[in-house]
Amino acid sequence: MANKKLSVNNSRGKNILTAIMSVISIIYILPVVAVVINSFKANTFVKTDTFALPSSESFVGFANFIKGMTFGNYPFAKSVLYSVVITVLSTFLILLFTSMAAWYITRRDTIVCRAIYFLCVFSMVVPFQMVMYPLSKTADRLGLNTPWTIPVIYLGFGAGLAVFMFSGFVKSIPLEIEEAAAIDGCNPPYTFFAVVLPMMKPTLISVGILEIMWVWNDYLLPYLSLDINEYKTIPIHIQYLKGSYGTVDLGATMALILLSIIPVVIFYLLCQKHIIKGVAAGAVKG
Amino acid sequence: MKNRRRPQNALQRPMVRWSWFFLLPMVSAFAIGFVWPFLQGIYLSFCDFRLISDAKWVGLKNYISVFQDTNFMRSFGYTAVFAVVSLVIINVLAFMVAYVLTREIKGSNIFRTVFFMPNLIGGIVLGYIWSMIFDGILSQLDTSILQESTWGFWGLIILLCWQQIGYMMIIYIAGLQSVPGDMLEAARIDGASGAQTLFRVIIPNVMPSITICTFLSLTNGFKLFDQNLALTGGQPFIIQPDGSAIKTTEMLALNIYSTFYGQGSAAPGYAQAKAVIFFILVAALGLLQMSFTRKREVQQ
Repeated sequence: MANKKLSVNNSRGKNILTAIMSVISIIYILPVVAVVINSFKANTFVKTDTFALPSSESFVGFANFIKGMTFGNYPFAKSVLYSVVITVLSTFLILLFTSMAAWYITRRDTIVCRAIYFLCVFSMVVPFQMVMYPLSKTADRLGLNTPWTIPVIYLGFGAGLAVFMFSGFVKSIPLEIEEAAAIDGCNPPYTFFAVVLPMMKPTLISVGILEIMWVWNDYLLPYLSLDINEYKTIPIHIQYLKGSYGTVDLGATMALILLSIIPVVIFYLLCQKHIIKGVAAGAVKG
Repeated sequence: MKNRRRPQNALQRPMVRWSWFFLLPMVSAFAIGFVWPFLQGIYLSFCDFRLISDAKWVGLKNYISVFQDTNFMRSFGYTAVFAVVSLVIINVLAFMVAYVLTREIKGSNIFRTVFFMPNLIGGIVLGYIWSMIFDGILSQLDTSILQESTWGFWGLIILLCWQQIGYMMIIYIAGLQSVPGDMLEAARIDGASGAQTLFRVIIPNVMPSITICTFLSLTNGFKLFDQNLALTGGQPFIIQPDGSAIKTTEMLALNIYSTFYGQGSAAPGYAQAKAVIFFILVAALGLLQMSFTRKREVQQ
């Protein structure tokens, strides 16, 4: 079969390839389809008839969604809200402060600046397990355990990749523009915000996408840092549902999983081009 | 790089006065979120304690126990095998898909959209989607993914393929598109077969992408946590005569996590020593990758 694929030059061969890829694509989205159909089934049917469409017997309408909203003694809407707060605030802080710092350390280029840059690159290869225990204790002590303060931790732990990407971009823009601004009497903050930041737009989008995807899906960092009884995010909420053995309602869990995938898919379809570009640009991170 | 100039005074001198403004927010968060916990983590791995405040220096004791911990060693071996198997499968499939999609076939944009989509779903959610699917299939065979470690292993491989083929595909597509057209033209005129063109012209030209993807999938395999926790959580367990349990599908990151936070574990210093070893392993892979890609730096 491999041989056939390689020697295709005519349009008939291409049509065959299109057909093969269509079949594979359909198989590829089946897991998501399975989530959709099972979110409308009663709990007992999810395990026994996973791949059957809802029948008159198993169909429960939106009951799973209604049940899922308050399932596990914690309102799902609250988890969604905290996930949004944490993702938006963290991404904003990271974009603003790391772009400022990256521009500064790239342009000053002193020993201290190089040391900061080196530490940032170094932090990219450090797995979270290395710092999670001391980090969660520090977060507790400094009060960084609420959705409004945990973005500081995301800024700290996520700074490496962002500084690396911004500073790569700053190196590629000509110095003359900033010099002209400085000679015209702009102070450094003005130069940065009025001249440099607008030029950074493509990198801002790439970094922003990477950070949104990371923070939104992150489980361990918020799980260890947040005050869990008070605040949950979507991944923590879903992990909790399955963690409560014996009482798991698979139908309701699937309904919540579906609800948590929908915004991601919409976001993806709307900004697909940027997402793919951003992800490819971030591929340097290990 | 050679003709990099020192920034001139008009820009430099006023910048000195503003250093706090540009650096303070990022540097202080970086100190709290990375530098301090990292240093503290190294220090604590040499200590014996229950609370950080009464940590007592014990030298290499924790490290010696780690190397005598058969469970950790088993989980290391399991992780290494898993990482290599997933690396090969993911990269071969991703390359094939990318190769087909760069043939200018109809609908390649839609296919690309579909293959990349799972990459945006978080590890925990992925784990539960697939555990439902595997349970649905395996219940027909009267078993479950939590009962046989073979299913757990291949289940996680399938899950990871589903998630990451699209990601690697994107990098391979970028690589394939940068293969010079005149080289392909020359190969065609010289009468090279499809296979010859692939192995003699295309693959050498996409080596940078292959290096990046190989290392990415290797480190991803080693660092895997969320998916492992959500799909099997290390099950099935084999209970030993002495009461301890072998967690047959537990990977390194999960092993470290349960040493820290699992039931009845009260030796964070020991867990931290595992974390340091894990860090050295992952960092070595990362640095190896950086030295490779720097040598072959083509795009970016």
